Amino acid sequence: MNRYPVWKYAIILIALWVGSLYTLPNFFGEAPAVQVSAGKPAIKVDASVQAKVEEALKSAGLTASALTLEQGSLKARFDSTESQIKAKDAIQRALVPDPNEASYVVALNLLSRSPQWLSALNAAPMYLGLDLRGGVHFMLQVDMPAALTKKAESLAGDIRTSMREKNLRHGGISRNGQAIEIRFRDTSTLEAAKRLIQDQFADLQTTEAAEGSDFKLSATLKPEAGRRVQDQALKQNITTLHNRINELGVAEPVIQQQGLDRIVVQLPGVQDTAKAKDILGRTATLEIRMVDESSEARAAELSNGMVPFGTERYLERNGQAVVVKKQVILTGENLTDAQPGFDNQTQEAAVHLTLDAKGARIFRDITRDNVGKRMAILLFEKGKGEVVTAPVIRSEIGGGRVQISGRMTTVEANDVALLLRAGSLAAPMEIIEERTIGPSLGAENIAKGFNSVTWGFLAVAAFMCFYYMLFGVFSSVALAVNLLLLVAVLSMLQATLTLPGMAAMALVLGMAIDANVLINERVREELRNGVSPQAAIHAGYDRAWATILDSNVTTLIAGLALLAFGSGPVRGFAVVHCLGILTSMFSAVFFSRGLVNLWYGRQKKLKSVSIGTVWRAPGTALAKDE
Amino acid sequence: MEFFKIRRDIPFMRHALVFNAVSFITFLAAVFFLFSRGLHLSVEFTGGTLMEVSYSQPADLNQARERIAALGYSDVQVQNFGTARDVLIRMPAVKGVSSAQQSDKVLAALKEGDASAELRRTEFVGPQVGDELAADGLKALAFVVVGIMIYLAFRFEWKYAVAAIIANLHDVIIILGFFAFFQWEFSLPVLAAVLAVLGYSVNESVVIFDRIRENFRRYRKMETVEIIDNAITSTISRTIITHGCTQLMVLSMLLFGGATLHYFALALTIGILFGIYSSVFVAAAIAMWLGIRREDLIKPVKKEGDPDDPNAGAAV
Repeated sequence: MNRYPVWKYAIILIALWVGSLYTLPNFFGEAPAVQVSAGKPAIKVDASVQAKVEEALKSAGLTASALTLEQGSLKARFDSTESQIKAKDAIQRALVPDPNEASYVVALNLLSRSPQWLSALNAAPMYLGLDLRGGVHFMLQVDMPAALTKKAESLAGDIRTSMREKNLRHGGISRNGQAIEIRFRDTSTLEAAKRLIQDQFADLQTTEAAEGSDFKLSATLKPEAGRRVQDQALKQNITTLHNRINELGVAEPVIQQQGLDRIVVQLPGVQDTAKAKDILGRTATLEIRMVDESSEARAAELSNGMVPFGTERYLERNGQAVVVKKQVILTGENLTDAQPGFDNQTQEAAVHLTLDAKGARIFRDITRDNVGKRMAILLFEKGKGEVVTAPVIRSEIGGGRVQISGRMTTVEANDVALLLRAGSLAAPMEIIEERTIGPSLGAENIAKGFNSVTWGFLAVAAFMCFYYMLFGVFSSVALAVNLLLLVAVLSMLQATLTLPGMAAMALVLGMAIDANVLINERVREELRNGVSPQAAIHAGYDRAWATILDSNVTTLIAGLALLAFGSGPVRGFAVVHCLGILTSMFSAVFFSRGLVNLWYGRQKKLKSVSIGTVWRAPGTALAKDE
Repeated sequence: MEFFKIRRDIPFMRHALVFNAVSFITFLAAVFFLFSRGLHLSVEFTGGTLMEVSYSQPADLNQARERIAALGYSDVQVQNFGTARDVLIRMPAVKGVSSAQQSDKVLAALKEGDASAELRRTEFVGPQVGDELAADGLKALAFVVVGIMIYLAFRFEWKYAVAAIIANLHDVIIILGFFAFFQWEFSLPVLAAVLAVLGYSVNESVVIFDRIRENFRRYRKMETVEIIDNAITSTISRTIITHGCTQLMVLSMLLFGGATLHYFALALTIGILFGIYSSVFVAAAIAMWLGIRREDLIKPVKKEGDPDDPNAGAAV
């Protein structure tokens, strides 16, 4: 009765084998490495970059113990931190000659030391959370009402232009909160305007009201359009953050959306938190100015000499100098969007800019007065300006829709659009949660978590072996298997392991032993009642099963609640807790039964079981003690 | 080896009234302290900034306090954390000052006093996040309570579900009472511990209820009280050994886990100890008063000739 069919043993063996395989990478530890990834969307890290890196290392007299190129990033592993830092400098010099023009991000990282064949199986060590490896965590809240207001502002400008084109006379267009209000003298114009809005502005919905002798049409964003605006604002902010973080040289930054209006940024290994915060919170400004085309300015552009009074010299991205006037025509505040695209007539690559109402008015006046002259679009970051582009004005541009074209490839157009957009955030952001963990604290936390699990495990195992003898040994082995499987599953899922997660690991082991205690006690009880050893084992496992299931389900309910409603540290705890309960069902019941069956199952005339003292109350005893 | 050489069923239910009175009084005390002192909520719930700074020699707290006070921040708590060299600073959120500026300023001020000051960890939580966390915590608690009740009502009967939840919620309140009384810091990991304990100590009640159900089947002539006594007596060794093992683990966390896991482990310890008490003495007693009967659990037609039960129909 206590025998497993072969397939059950096969399942156990497969589980153990897979478990060990995926747990293995955790034992190899991590080696210092240098990671190269693209700093700009247009740049690819490919074999040519690998060749450059190899050459740079060779000339620096360094050898990487492994060099892998995967998922658009190149990772070089080194034996010591010393050569890692030297290598980083060498690679940085080779790939990024100009620090202001970072096409590649060269960052220090840690790589698993596990051999190639394990990595090929996608077996990687557990992903350590920030509290274990050190780093910074930010949660940023995007100010969505501001994004919506900005959108309303730009739509108001567009409506004004369209109505002028159609010769519709209005008594004033104004933005009130997120609504656009248009006043009319008579209803017929109102009706015409309403039709116009319905035709041309699909994102708007209108309501009308009489106000004194006037008629008022108020247009608001449709809910789905509002959602789209918010979505775009969030995406743009994420892009901006990506660009900024690339400068920090972080190996594996996590930048992701959380909820509808939040962004989580995690920068593992970053120690200079002040700089990180500075970069995240930085506001880049965009300015449009006129290029000084006087002969002195021309001369200064060419000769690097003195610039005329009232002008400044900035460099274009290709290194060419441009002398621009100090007077600012427009700032990025007036720019609502920038998209890459194509010129309608020439099919040249172009960047389409959208200005808000105020910007459009100023832009029209400036372009009318300066046809044939050049204007420059400058981006200021870290107090340093750069000319993004300096096109020639061909004609008066009204309506706030500006197209920059000529001498641009599609890639460049993309880049310019991104720069213009990314330069400014779509909506202001505020840091609402911040966590910084120093690297030494991370290492200490690992040691603390590890010690807690190890000593707790040893204490429980020692007690079990002592109290339940051979059955205790089985239970302890089952508990070890539970730990193995839990670590394997966590490594497989690449779930983030945090200190609370390690605490959950310890706790779940303490709880998992419950199942074995239940079984062992039950077997003892059966023996006490005088049942034969084989029958006692059978009954013990069978009867304990229902109880184990019930009790694990209740624990699992609590775990799921934590998973569903928890955030941050609680979630890390809950993931390990839930997984641990699931693996414990396998190890404590199925696996330990396998061990017992293997040991006792074949003995037909089993006289005694090594499960510690089976005590019987005197008088009722069958006078036999194991 | 055997710790529990019990000759006869222990008449737990005879003293049920006393046990329940004890529970009730502890419960009232816990509620009283919760209301009179309140929980000492961590920065995660209240919003504000927390900094952990370590020095190369034992830190001078008074000096640190003065330096921070000189910056014009009020309500700042400065205390040792784990060792004498580590200092924990808690500051409420200040309007108009970003967390980054706040922690940088404080660190600069501390470094002026002692150049060895090193920032180990900062945590800043905006007030809106704190409120959400508190709300989410309550939602999680409600989810656990409802989930467990539905499961138990489905597996056993509503009376058992009610008894188990009352007994175990009383554990939760008592843990919170301890945290309020000693003004221990109630943080997110502690909340996780509390909920984990809730799930865990329901286990206890489930094990006993399982035994009660089994006894109802097995011993047809026994009184309900005797059935309960027998169920508790025969599971008590398992209860104590299991909790002992879990406690060993928790103890290891308390010893090796450091200051971060301290309150987490402490909450678990209280939860485990009271978990034993409430499952053994309280849950069954409440179930008894709710009037559990053999007929509630055993559907006569279906269970009559249970082939799996070798003792079916046997009477003792």
